This record gives sequence, structure tokens and C-alpha cells, in this order.
Amino acid sequence: MEYILQPWPWYVSGPLITSIMLLLFYFGKSFGMSSNLRTLCSMGGAGKYSDFFRYDWKSQRWNLVVVIGAITGGFIAVYLLSDGSAIALSPNTIDDLNALGFNGAGETLLPPEIFSWDSVLTFKGLAILIIAGFLVGFGTRYAGGCTSGHAISGLSNLQKPSLVAVIGFFIGGLIMTHFILPLIFSA
Amino acid sequence: MNFIKYLLVGMFFGIVLVKSEAVSWYRIFEMFKFQSFHMYGIIGSAVLLGILAVAFIKRTGLKSFTGQTINIAPKERGFTRYLLGGSIFGLGWALAGACPGPMYILVGTGVFSMLIVIAAAILGTFVYGVIKDKLPH
Repeated sequence: MEYILQPWPWYVSGPLITSIMLLLFYFGKSFGMSSNLRTLCSMGGAGKYSDFFRYDWKSQRWNLVVVIGAITGGFIAVYLLSDGSAIALSPNTIDDLNALGFNGAGETLLPPEIFSWDSVLTFKGLAILIIAGFLVGFGTRYAGGCTSGHAISGLSNLQKPSLVAVIGFFIGGLIMTHFILPLIFSA
Repeated sequence: MNFIKYLLVGMFFGIVLVKSEAVSWYRIFEMFKFQSFHMYGIIGSAVLLGILAVAFIKRTGLKSFTGQTINIAPKERGFTRYLLGGSIFGLGWALAGACPGPMYILVGTGVFSMLIVIAAAILGTFVYGVIKDKLPH
């Protein structure tokens, strides 16, 4: 039980993620979390505005059930399966974050400097979340998948488009982390 | 009930991503700073095992539980959409510290401000759907 309550090492977590993809394959489905965003658009009547949302979204309901399960799993993991240990970040990361004005890095899952309501309910804080979400939603559909669809499933299936997409993920991520975050946050 | 297995897979997914800390904004920052092997170990071992498993599935023609051969759809050919879309996604991923899976999972961990990110992601998907014919693919 002690091993379950502690953070899980990468060599346990990685293969477990593969097993999730394989279970979905065995069920005759695919592993793709961003598809749900499109499904939610269609459910909300976005088909009135674009053919892209005119498809049989009901056939995608199983994936929404995965989402409901994932939310439940997040709750279980934090409230029943955690010993509250801090994230063992690299000391360099903690230093870099301190320099950007992030204190207590790793004590919680997410930085309160971005996600606490005190931060969110400012113009800057709200803008950060909205812009971040928009980029993820727009980019993932443009690229035809996200981390689960391209980085895990696509690369496992040796798909060249997925490799290009993952290279793109890193181009964007490196630009944001190294050049834009220091402009947004500075201590 | 047919949907229960999807609920259980989703729960398992949520638990693994929290326990691996892959849902943590800090871990994503650390990954893009190349300061820890942790995230590379997770993604790398998942993909390595995935490559072996998918090759096995194809070679043996393994059947799904409904008795059909498992068929993993190939991605559409293309380059521009993957590089451009991927880069846009990457900008958002590093800023939000969460991709679409973790976004939902984090709501379950009690981070309700993530609902704003999800709403904006739905809006982003909607805007893509509306203007997609004008974009290079």
C-alpha cells in the first residue's frame, strides 16, 4: 500500500499508460482525449456553423464516459491514494521557478500563481487561462490529435504525421517555456 | 451495462496520470526545460512498449472483444497541419501545463479553475471547425 500512496515512478506509469491504450484498442476504440472537445461542440449544436461538427457524435459517447471516469480517477488518486508528498522536482527547476516568482514549486500539483482563484480573478490571470485553453483546443484539432492521439498512439503505430505533430508540440512548448513565460512572469 | 468498462478505463487513466505527476504544471515546465528524465521516461516507455504491442497486434491479427480484427486507423497524410497545429498546441500545453486528458482529470482533483481552460479549449476547437477551410493543411 505504501508504494501505491507514494508518487509512481516513470517506469511504472509509462507502461500503465500503454495498457490504457491497448484496453481501448481491445474494445475496438482509440485513445484520443481531444476528440471529446469536438464531440462537445457537436452536442452543443456547432453543426449549425460548420460541417466539421456535423457527424454522428452519439457514436463518440463512450469517449465522454472515459472523461467522466478520468475526472473520478483524479478525485480518487488525490483524496484516497496519495500521501501528500511533494513533487520531487529537479533543484534547477525550483530555482528557475523561483526566479519567475513561483514559490513553493512542487508542494501542490499546480502553481497557485496561475490556478488559485486569487490569481484567476484578475485580468491577467483570466487571460492566461483563456489563451492557454484556446491554443490547446485550436491546435489539437488543427494537428488532428493531442498527446494521447499523436505522442502515444500515433508514435506507437509508427505514424510519420504524429512524429511531425510531436515535433510541433515541442517547438511550441519550448518557445512558451523559454521565451514567453519569462515575459509573462517575472519576479 | 456497456459503458462501465469505459468508466473504469477512464478512472484508471485518471489515477495513473495523477500518481505519475504527469498532470502537474511543474512537471511539464521541467520537461520543456530538459531538467528531469521523469516525463521523458513516462512518454518514452509508453511509446516503446506501445510500438512492440502494436507490432504484435498487427502480426497476429489480434481480435477485439467483439471478434473483429483490431484496426488502428492511420493518420491522414500531411505536413503543414501537423507542424503548425502541433506548435500551437505546444504553446498552450506549456502555458496551461495540461493537455486535454489532464484538463479533465485536474477538475476531479479539485482544481475548478481548470473549467475555464476547458471552456476555452472547446471554443478553440469550435473556431478551428469554423475557419478550417481557410487554413493550410
